[in-house]
Amino acid sequence: MNSGAQFGEVKVDLGRRYRFAASHRLHNAALSEEENWRLYGKCNNPYGHGHNYVVEVVVSGKVDPATGMIANLADLDGFVQREVLDPFDHKSLNEDVAAFRGTVPTTENLCMEIFRRLKPFPNARLERVRIQETSNNSFEYAGDNPEGFER
Amino acid sequence: MVLLTRKIEFAASHLYNNPDFSPEENLRIFGKCNNPHGHGHNYTLEVTVAGEPDPVTGMVLDLKDLKEILEREVMQRMDHRFLNYEVPELAGQIPTCENIARVIWQLLDPKIKQGTLHRVRLYETPDLFADCYRNGAAGAKAS
Repeated sequence: MNSGAQFGEVKVDLGRRYRFAASHRLHNAALSEEENWRLYGKCNNPYGHGHNYVVEVVVSGKVDPATGMIANLADLDGFVQREVLDPFDHKSLNEDVAAFRGTVPTTENLCMEIFRRLKPFPNARLERVRIQETSNNSFEYAGDNPEGFER
Repeated sequence: MVLLTRKIEFAASHLYNNPDFSPEENLRIFGKCNNPHGHGHNYTLEVTVAGEPDPVTGMVLDLKDLKEILEREVMQRMDHRFLNYEVPELAGQIPTCENIARVIWQLLDPKIKQGTLHRVRLYETPDLFADCYRNGAAGAKAS
């Protein structure tokens, strides 16, 4: 199979969206109840609340001429399933995810945690993770590479 | 610099099969995308052009011109086609989202005379897309 004319002049990224539902509570134990309420508002409700999170994962790499792929989607899907969806879906982020025992599970921190979990994906380079917490807000993290952000 | 994006949709069929692989390998690597009769998608293409608005027209480029380029280069080639057999630019390549996006970049780049092609994003489904950028130091990051 040929690799396409002028290969190398174009950078190709692959983006994939995943979904999970989870609950969280924004609360910092180091602050008073009043300060927490003032800072986090209704997100500080002691029983927590939930979101349908959409996680957009973007990877880059050489398009393999034999398969036409940067990474086999089955491998990427399996990795994300194991590292993120299985441990997060239908869970309480505060209670069920060790990383959020001492860290407030804002979507900023969630973005960074998911990036950290997906960075070791062996078959392509992780460029960024974007999370939609609701249809009105989203967060992106690209590790220490600002060029990984959407251009 | 201003970025301008136009979106089009086309429907096409394809299959993934590498004749260098055995039937078993093709099935293992490509899964159901290896179905010999093919399958189809509604593709959504977003084309982004970067440039400075012309002081007289206020435009980076005339959207009418971009629409015509997309119609000629993409729609007439790919819409309601079997990508493996009917698009010569994809001959000998697996028509993955990555490769189709790259072919579209290569078709559009020389045709855009006002502004410069900044990004091609091709959605194969709402949950899967490929982005193409100009590679290298003079690429999209720096423009």
